[in-house]
Amino acid sequence: MTAKEKMAIEPQRMPEQDPSARARNMREVALGYTPEQARREATRCLGCPAKPCMRGCPVSVDVPGFLAQAAAGDFKGALATIRKSSLLPAVCGRVCPQEKQCQKFCTLGKLFKDPEKAVAIGRVERFCADFAAAEPAAAAPSPRGKGSVAVVGSGPASITCAADCARAGLKVTMFEAFHKPGGVLVYGIPEFRLPKDVVRREIDGLEAMGVEIVTDFVVGRTLKIPDLLGRPYDAVFVGTGAGLPKFMGIEGENLVGVFSANEYLTRANLMKAYDETRADTPYWHGKRVAVLGGGNVAMDASRMALRLGAEKVWLVYRRGEAEMPARREEVHHAREEGVEFLMLRNAKRVLGDAQGRVAGLEVLAYELGAPDASGRRSPVPIPGSESVLDADTVVVAVGNGANPLVAATTPGLDVDAKGRVIVDPATRMTSMPGVFAGGDIVLGAATVILAMGEGRAAAKGIVDWVNRKHGEGGVE
Amino acid sequence: MKENAILMHRILAKKRLSENVFRMEVEAPLIARGRAAGQFVIVMADAEFGERVPLTIADADAEKGSVTLVFQAVGATTMKLARLEPGDALAAVAGPLGRPTSIRGANGEPAGRVACVGGGIGVAPLHPIVQALKRAGNRVTVVMGARTRDLFVMEDEMRALADELILVTDDGSSGRKGLVTEPLKELCAAGGVDEVIAIGPPVMMKFCALATKPFGVKTTVSLNTIMIDGTGMCGGCRVTVGGETKFVCVDGPEFDGHAVDWDQMMQRLSTFKPLEALARDHACRIGLGGRPATGV
Repeated sequence: MTAKEKMAIEPQRMPEQDPSARARNMREVALGYTPEQARREATRCLGCPAKPCMRGCPVSVDVPGFLAQAAAGDFKGALATIRKSSLLPAVCGRVCPQEKQCQKFCTLGKLFKDPEKAVAIGRVERFCADFAAAEPAAAAPSPRGKGSVAVVGSGPASITCAADCARAGLKVTMFEAFHKPGGVLVYGIPEFRLPKDVVRREIDGLEAMGVEIVTDFVVGRTLKIPDLLGRPYDAVFVGTGAGLPKFMGIEGENLVGVFSANEYLTRANLMKAYDETRADTPYWHGKRVAVLGGGNVAMDASRMALRLGAEKVWLVYRRGEAEMPARREEVHHAREEGVEFLMLRNAKRVLGDAQGRVAGLEVLAYELGAPDASGRRSPVPIPGSESVLDADTVVVAVGNGANPLVAATTPGLDVDAKGRVIVDPATRMTSMPGVFAGGDIVLGAATVILAMGEGRAAAKGIVDWVNRKHGEGGVE
Repeated sequence: MKENAILMHRILAKKRLSENVFRMEVEAPLIARGRAAGQFVIVMADAEFGERVPLTIADADAEKGSVTLVFQAVGATTMKLARLEPGDALAAVAGPLGRPTSIRGANGEPAGRVACVGGGIGVAPLHPIVQALKRAGNRVTVVMGARTRDLFVMEDEMRALADELILVTDDGSSGRKGLVTEPLKELCAAGGVDEVIAIGPPVMMKFCALATKPFGVKTTVSLNTIMIDGTGMCGGCRVTVGGETKFVCVDGPEFDGHAVDWDQMMQRLSTFKPLEALARDHACRIGLGGRPATGV
């Protein structure tokens, strides 16, 4: 097929639930391609020899390679190609910001001068992963060599690190503080964007490889890192993520009805509070909800608010829509579902009633000034522009800091001024010999795919370390 | 997930202490060995749809590998727990969480005289603290308060530990009739009290802090707020202490009672109140009813 013929193929639309229906249910919004759609979309790839899309992928998936296989209908082969670089294709196909990564560099998008017309790489990736998941995986436990590693946390970085270490023959034990493994994939990202069955499948895959998962185990409290290191683990990987909610520091932020996005989403996702007939965990029945922030978490929280029965949801963001860090598709979905975007607006204070409950949110209008350190134009408040939203609920989704628990309970583990664990870029080893780290605890709040890449890099460092240790006649 | 021997939380013993207060000894070897006075655990009765609730540790046996929990069946989870029997297992016990109590005599300050006030089941978390205070060489006066005599918990344990035990009931059925703040004020007025530790319902702790303030006696309180993870992730437990936002799960649970914004803390505790009232209504119908012991 010529490039011209490929360009003539219509980009395949993702089948989705109707916006008005889906805004009131928890089921996945994007329904996934049909096999025919996946093949047609994959066929659009021009197969550029320079593979510019690969440059945009943090873990360098061979995008043209897997698309060619998918175009030929070899979805299993395509998945095997993806898996060489990415451990979680079903997850990444759904949550990666493709428009800022692989698809940003797609030649097709450039030829059409429309990034929306790039090959929908993520959607084909997702299809391949889901297609293969329909059949039970025949993963056998990897042969066990010498050496063992304790993986602390069970989010994307830890899952990747655990899988790579297990493949290399290490005995792996994964410790999770919550009662279910998956980290942000289960407590943070909602069912309607990432079904928990998809995460469960990945965890089952880990267990099939021989990874032992221990839940309800708070490293730093139940046992500390020095307790794990050397008895019996040769190495420890810290992948505890960015789990410290940031607040605005404004008046009224501790009123009843103000929640961190973490709490708001964890109640609904991990604790299943939306299922009121079965769940013991309550949720807050907000009718008029203001969500502060412009990232994926803010999108998730505002869309969750609709699903929990809100009549009105505002998304309050201090910059403009172009500056929002959220994934394009989530912004689009949120708007379709009825979230009202209040751009260039920021919360000034939360108003309360006599019972200490939220009675409104005072917001201030902003304009964009000169670019700041991040390169984005910085928002400047406009004096006297205050107005009040008659909100009864405020959800703060302005980011997360590094979880301080492990650092606070591990003397000798060096962190930077923001509490992020410092690692050697070559080995991902921390200031403590044998202790490695990766993911958001090192990067600050980032993306699933970056965390995965970090977990993979750390696994390499760990395997080298353990092999060297045993090669030199260290502990068993 | 594999059942891990160190993480099976079987119930070894259970005792009903009063109408809706239960004492449960649960297998949790690592927590039993690692816990210190003042710390708590988060438990779940059911892993799939259960709730995560913080419970204080009333006692622990490191050799046996068990912790003792005392709880009041007032919410969905505690009512489910109340229906479990020895041999059953809890779905989750995570901990020990929170910072340990700073024990006078073991924290750099010389041992001295400490007055401990426990209201209702607040006596349970006070128990390991009094144990630690005694081990560190302090003279300890314990004031226990309850609505009526049947609602006292761990009275024998406290009697065995304390240098002096003062019982107070709302109805005068045991000890003095009145509020715990009265003997507390008298102790402070008599002088010689270096520190007060008060644990009980928020309103009791608030008034204990108000009672000791004029005397300038350091007053530590232990807060039991709404929380989910217990590791600093959700922020549901936040309180204002001395004008700053603190997380009870990682910065506490113990704080300077004179600096806590009590009214806000109590308002935040009522966040999901209408729902809990429903659960209580249900409890009445399943025979676990009864008004909670206020202990003030």
